[in-house]
Parts: sequence; structure tokens; C-alpha cells
Amino acid sequence: MPNDGYRDYSLTGPNAKASFLGNAEWYASPAPRKRIKELMKRSDRLALTNYGNWLVLVVATGALLVAVWGTAWAWPVALAYGVFYGSGADSRWHETGHGTPFKTRWLNDAFYQLASFMSLRNPHLWRWSHTRHHSETVIVGRDPEIAFPRPPSIRNWVLNLLYIPAITKELGKMVRIAFGNLTDAEKSFLPESEWSKTFAASRAQLLVLSVVGLAAVTLQSWLPIFLIGLPTFYGSWLHHILATTQHAGLAEDVPDHRMNSRTFYLNPFFRFIYSNMNYHIEHHMYPIVPFYNLPALHEEIKADCPSPYGSLWACYREMVPAVLRQQADPNHYIRRPLPAGAGATPAYERPVIAAE
Amino acid sequence: MPNWVRACGANDVDAEDLVRFDHGDRTFAFYRSPGDEYFCTDGLCTHEQVHLADGLVMDYEIECPKHNATFDYRTGEAKRAPACVSLATYPVKIENGSVWIEI
Repeated sequence: MPNDGYRDYSLTGPNAKASFLGNAEWYASPAPRKRIKELMKRSDRLALTNYGNWLVLVVATGALLVAVWGTAWAWPVALAYGVFYGSGADSRWHETGHGTPFKTRWLNDAFYQLASFMSLRNPHLWRWSHTRHHSETVIVGRDPEIAFPRPPSIRNWVLNLLYIPAITKELGKMVRIAFGNLTDAEKSFLPESEWSKTFAASRAQLLVLSVVGLAAVTLQSWLPIFLIGLPTFYGSWLHHILATTQHAGLAEDVPDHRMNSRTFYLNPFFRFIYSNMNYHIEHHMYPIVPFYNLPALHEEIKADCPSPYGSLWACYREMVPAVLRQQADPNHYIRRPLPAGAGATPAYERPVIAAE
Repeated sequence: MPNWVRACGANDVDAEDLVRFDHGDRTFAFYRSPGDEYFCTDGLCTHEQVHLADGLVMDYEIECPKHNATFDYRTGEAKRAPACVSLATYPVKIENGSVWIEI
């Protein structure tokens, strides 16, 4: 458990060398193999229904934006289009990155490329980054996707609720990688065999954005970039408000997703945008269960997990005070009580933790 | 000399599924295909040493339960990242309702 205050979260620092949690046994709530096998099964029908509806909504609101462009209606329509484009794509990037929604692999891969572009993520770099995130979830110095290193920056937290700094950083990363530059941290989780594909993907994404920019200049209109590229900036806020709940304020360095991840109940529309990632403990514990089976998985294992939060509001009511308190006390974190009879968290101590 | 070891009963594994089989300090994954053929590979994913027995068999592929690395269990070939290294495979025979693997 954390007891050393300020910590080195970099992937190339002493904590990166100290961890072997990746080889520790992560806790998994017991469930019959037969039931888990049922829940792991893929359905092209269920996935196409969800992804088809999503694409229809993106295209329909995009067409409406074109129709009302130049009028006051363009702003609310852009807001709706941005949410379907930016927030909808981000959760679908994540799902197809896991390869779980579709039974047919090329459908997964095609949607992965599309959603990666729409969320301005390099498909190869992020696949490997997310692989590490699942191996070593919220393990300091090992997980490249810790969004709230302690003490968390309130300024960044508030700004990132709109996702703008993070997306701007992704855009800069796209340019850097297109020129063939990877950081040491990126090299720590991206195998060399993937580098050329990674460079090519950033170049292709940059080329498409350049064509869109050229179209805007040629047409003397902002419309092309409001349709492609910019929605990631002005439309990802909903996804980020939802995704902030995943791990913020919870335990670090513990091989138990019940302690470092959050499950909460959410309305059906937000769950559609967010691809059911409000069932985040379940997702981490059984990552190859497709998003449409997570509610059923939740029912299967909930007796072994902390009580789910009743709403998004309930998550923030707990998270905000915890994150504020971490400003002065970086050792503070939220301890989730387990129900009576639940399996115990595996005992584990990291061998070395570097304190600054 | 071939070393054949009894792994399990032929009906101990469902069609299009797998079971884990430990022998000494080694662990194997033993598969029954949708067409009732039997195959055997190393039991741990070549990516991060996760037991494949908790994964998902789809047709002739096994998907690792942790990161979705995918292998063709007939040949061991790594088919999807993050697996970059193929699995070792082992000969299998069925005799008197039992499955034997040569290791």
C-alpha cells in the first residue's frame, strides 16, 4: 500500500524497474467457467446493432450540421455531432482495441482504425499502451495510463474534463511520431517490431487531417474541420467526464481491480456513448468479455465486489474530495469496503518504491 | 523415445473449448475443435505467461484472457498482437477414451 508520498510515475524511472506486479496473480472474482465462456462469446449482430446505430447518428448529425451551417442552429447541432463523433469514437476505439465486440475480425479491425482516427490516437501505440495498462493497472512506474498521478494537478484535472489538453497532446504526438520519433517511455512498452507500423499510422492520419485542412482553405470555410478533426476537441468531453471515474482517487499498487477501479450505474444513453465502461471492475477482471455482456457479468460477480455507485454524481461526490485531499496528502486514497464473504485482496508489497 | 502422457478423458473437454493440463513443472492447454479433433499447445501465452485455459476458443483459435493475443491452436501460430511468438504444439492421440500427448 502507498506510504511514501510523492512518487515517480515515469516509465523509465526507478519504479519501472522495481515492479514485478505484472507477474503477480491478479484477483479474479470466482465465476463458473461455463458462464464466463458464455459471456466471452462475440456476436456480430449485437456489435453491428450498436456500431451501426452509432455510425447512423454520426452521419445524420453531421449531415444536419452541413444543412444548418451558417445559422444559429449550427452550435447545438455541432454539440450533438461532437459528442457522437468524439465521445462515441473514444469508447469504441477502446472496445475494438480489445478486439471483443465483433466475432468477425476484419470488422473489429476496420472499426478500430476508424475510431482511432476519430479519437486522434495512434492505433499501434495505444494498443500496446493499453495492453500494459491491463497488465499493470495503476501500478506506479509501469502503467502508462495513470490519469491522476499523486498529487494530482487540479488545473489539469479541470482542463482535462474537457479533454482539450490531452487531445492537443495527442495531436503533437501524431506529428512527432510521423517524423519517426518515439520517446523512451513509449519504447518501454512498444516492441521494435511495431515501430514502422506506428510511424505509418501517424503519417496516414496526418495526411487525412492535412487534406481536410486544405479543403477548409480551398472552400474558405470552417465546415470541413468542424466535421473531421475538430469534433475530437469539442466533442470528447462527455467521454472524459465518464472515464475520469475509472480509477481516480482509488488505490495504487494493488493486484485487485476491486480496489483500483470503479463500477457505477449509468443511464442507457450514456452507456451507449461510453460502451458500458461504467462496469469497469468487470472489464478489468475479465477483459475479453464484450461490452454488451458486462451488465450480465456484473450480476454474476457483484456479490464479490464493492457495492457499485448509484450514479455518476455519486462517483464525483466521492472522487472530488479525495483528489482535493491528495493535494496535501498524496498518501490518501479511497478504500473500497468488500462485502461479507467476498474473496480477500491478495497480499502484496512492491519490493522497492522510490521516494523523491 | 516418445513420452506419451495421459492428459484427460476425451469427454473432459467440450467441443470448441480447452482444458488445462499440468505435468511436472509444465503446463499445457488441450483443445477440442468444433469438428471433434484434439490438439495440444503450451499452456501459457507467449506474451505474458497467462494461462490460456481461461481464454476463449473460437473455431480454430484460442484467445488469451488477458490481452486478446490470439493463436491458431493447430499450428501454434501467433495471429494477433500482443503475441509476437508462436506457441509450441504437441502430438495428441486418443486411445480407449483417453487423450494422450507426447511431450
